Amino acid sequence: MMAKREYSFYPGCSSQKGASSSNYLVSAQSVCAELGIQLNSIPDWNCCAASIGYAGGGELPRLTLSARNIALSEQHNPGQPIVATCAACWLSTREAAERLKHDAQLNAEAKQALGEAGLTLKNETPIRHMVEVLIEDIGYEELKAKVKKPLTGIKVAGYVGCQTNRPFGIAGESYENPKYLDKLIEVLGAESIPTYEKKVQCCGGALAFSEPEKSQEMIKGIIEAAYDHGADLIVTPCPVCQMNVEVYQDQINTTYGTQFKMPVVYYSTLMAVAYGRNAKDAALGGQVIPAKKLEGIAGK
Amino acid sequence: MGDLNQAMIEKYRTSFLKEVEANVEEGEWVKMCMQCGVCSGSCPLGKFWNHPPQEIFMMIRAGKREEVLTSDAMWMCTSCYNCVVRCPREVPITHIMHGLAHYAKRLGLTPKNQPTAEFAQRFWNNLLKKGRVNELKLGVSLYFMNGIGPGVKTAIKMAPVGIGMQRTQRMSAMELFGGHAIKDLKGFHAIMQKAQELEALRIAQYSVAPRPTA
Ligand code: SF4
Ligand code: SF4
Ligand code: SF4
Ligand code: SF4
Repeated sequence: MMAKREYSFYPGCSSQKGASSSNYLVSAQSVCAELGIQLNSIPDWNCCAASIGYAGGGELPRLTLSARNIALSEQHNPGQPIVATCAACWLSTREAAERLKHDAQLNAEAKQALGEAGLTLKNETPIRHMVEVLIEDIGYEELKAKVKKPLTGIKVAGYVGCQTNRPFGIAGESYENPKYLDKLIEVLGAESIPTYEKKVQCCGGALAFSEPEKSQEMIKGIIEAAYDHGADLIVTPCPVCQMNVEVYQDQINTTYGTQFKMPVVYYSTLMAVAYGRNAKDAALGGQVIPAKKLEGIAGK
Repeated sequence: MGDLNQAMIEKYRTSFLKEVEANVEEGEWVKMCMQCGVCSGSCPLGKFWNHPPQEIFMMIRAGKREEVLTSDAMWMCTSCYNCVVRCPREVPITHIMHGLAHYAKRLGLTPKNQPTAEFAQRFWNNLLKKGRVNELKLGVSLYFMNGIGPGVKTAIKMAPVGIGMQRTQRMSAMELFGGHAIKDLKGFHAIMQKAQELEALRIAQYSVAPRPTA
C-alpha cells in the first residue's frame, strides 16, 4: 500500500447529501480510496457563491466567503493543499486567493472581516481541482495500473466544459483543445473522441435556470455532436455541466423533436467502474439517464 | 437607490468612463480594450446580447451611461471565460460584466424581471442565510418569481426534471424544511456583516475620491 496523500477537501454545496451532484462525491470518494488519497473535509465550510453570486454580493463579501474557507482549511488542515471537485468552487476559491494576494486593501478588509469570528488568513494554500491531483500528483501511469476492468468497447465523448478549462485550466493543456480527459478515457480502456468539437462549449452554467430556452439550445449542440461521433456516453469533470447536459434532455426532445437519451457521467464514475468498484460505489444509481453499458461492466 | 443614481450622475457628469473605473469591479481595465471584437465573437449567448462586450466597452467610453447600465446584456454572461482567455489585451471581461451588473443593481437600474438578475439575487440571499445553498428552495423560489400562475406553469414544466432528481436521490424534498447549514452561523453572519459594512464604506469613500489602481 502506498503512503496516503492528504488533501484539505472542499466539497461544495452541490455535493451535499441529497443535492444535485451527491453522486459525484460518492464516486470520487471511491476513486480516492483506490488511489490512497485521503480527503479531509474543511470543517464547517461555506458556499463560495460560485460565479453567479455577483449580483447580490459585492466584491469584498464574495471574496470573504472564500477567504473563510481558506482560513478554516489553514487552521484545521495545515499544510494540505485545498482540493475541490466542483469547477465553480475551485475557480472562485482560487480567484479569491489570487485577488487578495494582489490587492492589499481588499486583503486587509477581508482579514478584518474574518477577525469577527476569530479567524486568521495566511493565504498560502495552493487551491487545486481534483483532476489536477489525479493527473499531476498521481499521474496517468499509476491511474492506469489500477484498472481492473478496462472499459473496452465503450466510446466516450470527453466534455470538458468551461470552468475546469478557463481561465486557469490544467497546466500544459490548451484552452481550445485540452486533451487530458481524452487521455484519461483511453487510460481506462475506453475509446475517446479527440475530434469532439463541443468539448469546451459552454452549457449555459447557472443560466440554465434563468434562461432555459437559450441554454438548452447550446446543450442540444453538445449532445448532438456526441451522437454524431457515435458516442455511448458523455463524460465531464464539472457538476454543473453534468446536471445541465443530463437532466434537460426530455425538455430538449419536446422542443426540438430529437430523441436524446445520452448518459452523462463524471470521470470519477468511469474510473470507479474501471477500478472494479460496484454500481453503488460508482454512484451509477445517481444517473437520471442510466448508463447501461457501465452498469453491465460494474455488474460483472 | 434612485438617489444614489442621481448622485453618481452629478458627480461624474463629465465622464462615465471615470465612473466605471471608480465603481465597477476591474473597471480600470476598460480603457485597455482595443476594440478587436474577439470577445463578442467568443460569447456563447452573444447572439442574444443587445450589446456584446466589445460594444459595451465602446459605449462606456462614449458616455452612454443610461444605455449601458439599464442594458440586459451583461446579465447574459454565463461566466464561461472564453473572452478572457482570448482577449489580446488580457482584459478581465467576465469580471467587468459581473461588476457592471452589480453596479447597475446597486443603482436600481436592473431591467424589470430580468431572470438572471432575479436568480442571482435569490442565490445570494439563500446562501447568506445558512452559509450554504439550498438548491430546492432556490429552484422553487425562482419558478414562482413572476407570481403563482406562471410559477405553477414553470414548476409543472420542470416537475419531470425534479422527479428524476428525486428518484436518484439527487434532490431531497426534506431540503424544503431546513436543509443544509453551517454550524458557526453566528460567526459566519458576523464576518459577512463586517464585509458588507467595509464594502459600503469603501464605496462611499470612492464616491469622493477615485479608487487607486491596485
Ligand atoms: S460553486 Fe456551487 S457547489 Fe460550489 S460551493 Fe459554490 S454553489 Fe456550492
Ligand atoms: S460548461 Fe457549463 S457548467 Fe461548466 S463552466 Fe461552462 S457553463 Fe459552467
Ligand atoms: S477581446 Fe479584449 S481588446 Fe478585443 S474587444 Fe474584447 S475586450 Fe476589447
Ligand atoms: S465570460 Fe461572459 S462575456 Fe465572456 S464570453 Fe463568456 S458569457 Fe461572454
